[in-house]
Amino acid sequence: MASHTSSAPPPAADKNAGPGADRRAGLLHRLDVRGAPYAFVVPFFAVFAAFSFYPLVYTAWISLHDVDLATMDIMEWVAFDNYTDLLTDERFWNALLNTVTIGVFSTVPQLLMALGLAHLLNYRLRGSTFFRVAALTPYATSVGAAALVFTMLFERDFGMINWALGAVGFGEIDWENHKWAAQLAISSIVIWRWTGYNALLYLAAMQAIPRDRFEAAAIDGASRWQQFLKVTIPGIRPTIVFTIVLSTIGATQLFGEPLIFGQGPNGISGGADNQYQTLGLLLYEEGWKFYHMGRAATVAWVMFMLLIIVFVLQRLLSRWRSARTS
Amino acid sequence: MKKTRKLMRTRGAAVVSVVTALGLLTACGGESGGTGGGTKDGKTTITMGLFGVMGIKESGILDEYQKQHPNVIIKADIAGDEQTYYTALQTHMTANSGLKDIQGIEIGRAKELLDTRADRFVDLSKLPGTDHFLPWKQSQVTGKDGKVIGVGTDTGPLAVCYRKDYFEQAGLPTDREAVAELWAGDWKKYVEVGKQFKAGYKGGKVAYMDASSGLFNAMIYGDSQQFYDKSGELIYQDNPTITGAWDLASEAAASGLSAKLRQFQAGWDPGLANGTFATAVCPAWMLAHISEKAGPKNSGKWDVAKAPKGASWGGSFLGVMEKSPVKEEAKKLVAWLTAPEQQARIFESLGNFPSSQEALTAPEVVNMKSEYFSGAPIGQIFAAAAEDMPKEQVLGPKDGTIKDIFSQALSLIESSGKSADEAWQTAGERIDKAVG
Repeated sequence: MASHTSSAPPPAADKNAGPGADRRAGLLHRLDVRGAPYAFVVPFFAVFAAFSFYPLVYTAWISLHDVDLATMDIMEWVAFDNYTDLLTDERFWNALLNTVTIGVFSTVPQLLMALGLAHLLNYRLRGSTFFRVAALTPYATSVGAAALVFTMLFERDFGMINWALGAVGFGEIDWENHKWAAQLAISSIVIWRWTGYNALLYLAAMQAIPRDRFEAAAIDGASRWQQFLKVTIPGIRPTIVFTIVLSTIGATQLFGEPLIFGQGPNGISGGADNQYQTLGLLLYEEGWKFYHMGRAATVAWVMFMLLIIVFVLQRLLSRWRSARTS
Repeated sequence: MKKTRKLMRTRGAAVVSVVTALGLLTACGGESGGTGGGTKDGKTTITMGLFGVMGIKESGILDEYQKQHPNVIIKADIAGDEQTYYTALQTHMTANSGLKDIQGIEIGRAKELLDTRADRFVDLSKLPGTDHFLPWKQSQVTGKDGKVIGVGTDTGPLAVCYRKDYFEQAGLPTDREAVAELWAGDWKKYVEVGKQFKAGYKGGKVAYMDASSGLFNAMIYGDSQQFYDKSGELIYQDNPTITGAWDLASEAAASGLSAKLRQFQAGWDPGLANGTFATAVCPAWMLAHISEKAGPKNSGKWDVAKAPKGASWGGSFLGVMEKSPVKEEAKKLVAWLTAPEQQARIFESLGNFPSSQEALTAPEVVNMKSEYFSGAPIGQIFAAAAEDMPKEQVLGPKDGTIKDIFSQALSLIESSGKSADEAWQTAGERIDKAVG
C-alpha cells in the first residue's frame, strides 16, 4: 500500500490546483489509507467502550465501596475490604467449589458424548441431515424452558424421574435438597443443551480431515478404534481445545440453570443449604437479594480474575508442552 | 480514476462510521426525567407503577374512575414479579428518574423506603377521606416525623385452610367452629392437633401441614414486633415472638408433621392438586391460589377455620411521588382507589382483603361466602383476624429477606436433617450477611 501511495498520480480534480493543494491532497490520501481501517473499527469499539469497558471499570470502582442499591448515590470508600471479606467468606469458597464440581460434572461427559456423537454422525447415514438437525435442537431451546422442564422432571413427589426410579424399585430421591443429586440434576440440564452443539463443531472438524489419511491408516492395518484415536482425535485437536475453552467459560458463569432449578428464594441461594450455589448465584444474591452492590461487584471482579488466571495457566502449560516437544 | 472513486467511497464510509460511533456514545447521555404524567389540552394523564395482582386494574375500578372523570387518563404499568418491580423502583428512586406519578409499595419494602426515600414521596397524612383504615395498617407507612408515604390497599389476614375429608378420616371434628375450637388461642394447640392427626390418619401419605415455614410466618405476623424494634435495631434473637415461633415451627419440622414443601414453589401446586397435606395456614389472598391449583375435583373438600391468633401476612400501599406534575390529581385518585367501597369491590371480585376498617362491615364483605371452601363465611373469618391484630406493627428494612432466611432454615431441619440449633445458627450467620 505504501508504495502505491507514493507513485499514484494525483487525483484528477486537483489537477488545476497549486502545489499546496497537491500536498494537502497527498496528506488526505495518506490519512485515508492509514486511517480508514481505524475509522471502520470505531463503531465496534464505541459500543464496546459504552457497554463493556465502562461497566467493567465502574464495577471495579463500586467494588471498592460499601453501597446499597436503595442508596446508590451514597458510596462509602472501603478500599479492598470487600475483597478480603469475600476471600474469608465461607460462602465464596463453597460457591467456588460448587462451580468447579458442577462444571466438571457437566463439561466432561458433555464433551465425551459430543465426540462419540460426532463420530457416529460422520459415518454415511441415511437421513444424516435429520440427525444433525435433531442434535442441534436442544441448543435452540431457551435456558428457561429447558430448566423449567427438567425441574418438573426432578420434582420430589410427582416428578417423572422419581416415578421411574420407583417403578424399578428404588426409593425416591429428594433431588433438590441433596447436594450431589442437585448438582447432577443441574449438570444434566447443561449436558442436554450443549452436547449437540459441540458434536456439530466436532463433526465439521472431522469432515475437514483428508480421507487419504484414513485410507493410509487402513492399509497399515489400523482398526476403527485406532483410526479414531490416532487420526481423528489429532485431526480435530484445535477444535477440542476451542470447545474446552468455551465450556470452561460457560461453566464459570453458570447461573440460569441453578436459579430456575431452585425456584424462588432457594434458586437465589442455591438451595436451602447453598448446596448448589454457584459464583453467578452468589453474585446475584449479594446484588439483587441483599442489594449490597459493592459486594456483588467484588464477586464479579473475582470471577473475572479467576478466568484470567485459568487462561494464563493454560497458556503457560501449552507453551511449556510445546517447548518440551520441540 | 477508478481508484480515486473507490478511495472517495471508503472515505465517505469511514466518516459515516465515525459519526455513527459518536452518535452511539452521545445517545446514552439523553435525559428522561419525567413521570409521564401531566396536563395537556384539558386532559390529565396519571401514570401508575404496580406489581402482581393488586386488584386495582383487574377489578375494573380504574376504568370506572376514568368514566366518572372523563378528563383523566390513567396509564397503569404492572410488573408481574414484585422482586423485579422493587429492584427497578430502587434504581429509579436513586436516579430520581423513571418514576411514575403513583407507585405501589409492598409491605416488606415499606420500612426501607420510609428510611431511605421518604423525601421522594408526598406526605399523605392530611389526605382527606383516608381516616377509615385499620389502625395498624397506616402505622406501617408512617415515619417518625409523622409523614405518611402511602395509603393502604389490601392486607392479608390469616386463617387455617383444612381438608375436611382428611380430618374426618383422622377422627377429628370437621365443622369449622369445632375445628377452630381445637386450637383456639394458641398455635401450640395447632401443632398438638397435628400430632393427633398423624397418629389417627391411616389413609396413606398425607402430611398435616404443607410447610413449617407457614406456621412460623403465621406466628410472627400477629405480634407488634418481629425482627426489628422501633429504633431499627435487630432484636430477633431475644424477641420471644421469634424464638417462640422458631421453637414451635422447628419442633413441627423435626417431628414430620409437614409435607416438606415450599409455598408457591415447585411441588406445592401438585401437592394441592393431589392432596398431600391436610392443612395450610392461608392468608385471604391465598384462597384463590388454592382453589385454582387444587382444582374443581377438590371443591367442597376444603374449609376455612379461624386461626389460633389474628395475624396478617402481606399487603400493599399506594404512594404519590413528590416529582409528579399532577400531585393533586394523583392524591385524589389514590384516596378514591383505597376508599372502603372500592376495597370491598376488589375483595368481592378477586379476594384481596380490605385494609379499611369501614370496608369490613360492608355487605360485600360480611356476606361473602366461598363456595369452593364448603361455603365458609370468609368475609367474617378474615375480618375477625384483621380486627384481632395489635394496634401498631413495627416493620424493618430487611423483613422480607429475613423471613426467607428463616423459611430456608426450617427447610434445613425438614429436608437436610440439620438440628434446630444448627439451623438457628445458620440463620443468624445469614442474617448478619444480609443486613451487614
